[in-house]
Amino acid sequence: MSGPQRAATRPLSPHLQIWRYHVTMLASITHRITGAALYFGTFLIAAWLVALAISPDAFAAMQGIITSIPGKIILFLWAVAVMFHLFNGIRHLVWDGPGIGFSPKVASTVSTIIYFLAILGAVALMFAAGAF
Amino acid sequence: MSQGQFLTPTKAARGLGSAKSGTAHHIRLRVAALALLILVPLALYAIISISSAGYDGARAWVAQPLHATLLILTAGAVSYHMRLGMQVIIEDYIAKTGMRTTLLILNTFAAIAMFVAVAMAVVQIWIAG
Repeated sequence: MSGPQRAATRPLSPHLQIWRYHVTMLASITHRITGAALYFGTFLIAAWLVALAISPDAFAAMQGIITSIPGKIILFLWAVAVMFHLFNGIRHLVWDGPGIGFSPKVASTVSTIIYFLAILGAVALMFAAGAF
Repeated sequence: MSQGQFLTPTKAARGLGSAKSGTAHHIRLRVAALALLILVPLALYAIISISSAGYDGARAWVAQPLHATLLILTAGAVSYHMRLGMQVIIEDYIAKTGMRTTLLILNTFAAIAMFVAVAMAVVQIWIAG
């Protein structure tokens, strides 16, 4: 019955301060941060759909929040997070499936490209949704 | 019988490491990711359509059977993927067993609640037509 004590003495994952800065390290932690952000952002999208199901007033209230300035900023950050996590997620699947893209040069270049794609994709998404 | 003499290396190691269900978790997270690779772009299209249609237009959009199916499928895959992903974060950074277990249970509840909320909302809109 030494389970709980043993679990507590297991090593933890290294925190941010362990790593020396590099763009691949930044992309890795950004993937985790955007994942966590999307976890909470999903509840906002869900609330928006629930409001649509409840009543015109509830939906109008949600629309009012989304189209306010803070709402638009959150929406834009959400869009950046979606795009980054999506593009970097494709890279994770390429790493795990075909197993390519591991060389330092390719990994660094692709990391930088994904940051640009995430921001461009988010701007495009905001324009398409008429949020700008 | 003396302890250790007849212990195989596997028996000695079992229960000491994290070799529990990591492989299944790893594969499930990626299978859900593959589904989301298709569903998320479609869901973004849904969000664009709904956000610019007004209340009646948005409800009419969601009430289409294909759209309703897409939204429920996406909510299911998102719920599964976000639960598995948040589980890794909790397990990586929270060492105290009580807090860790509490957060892992809350994580499961929250992910399922999100799915049920979206599914119920879509079904309500679909039935109401």
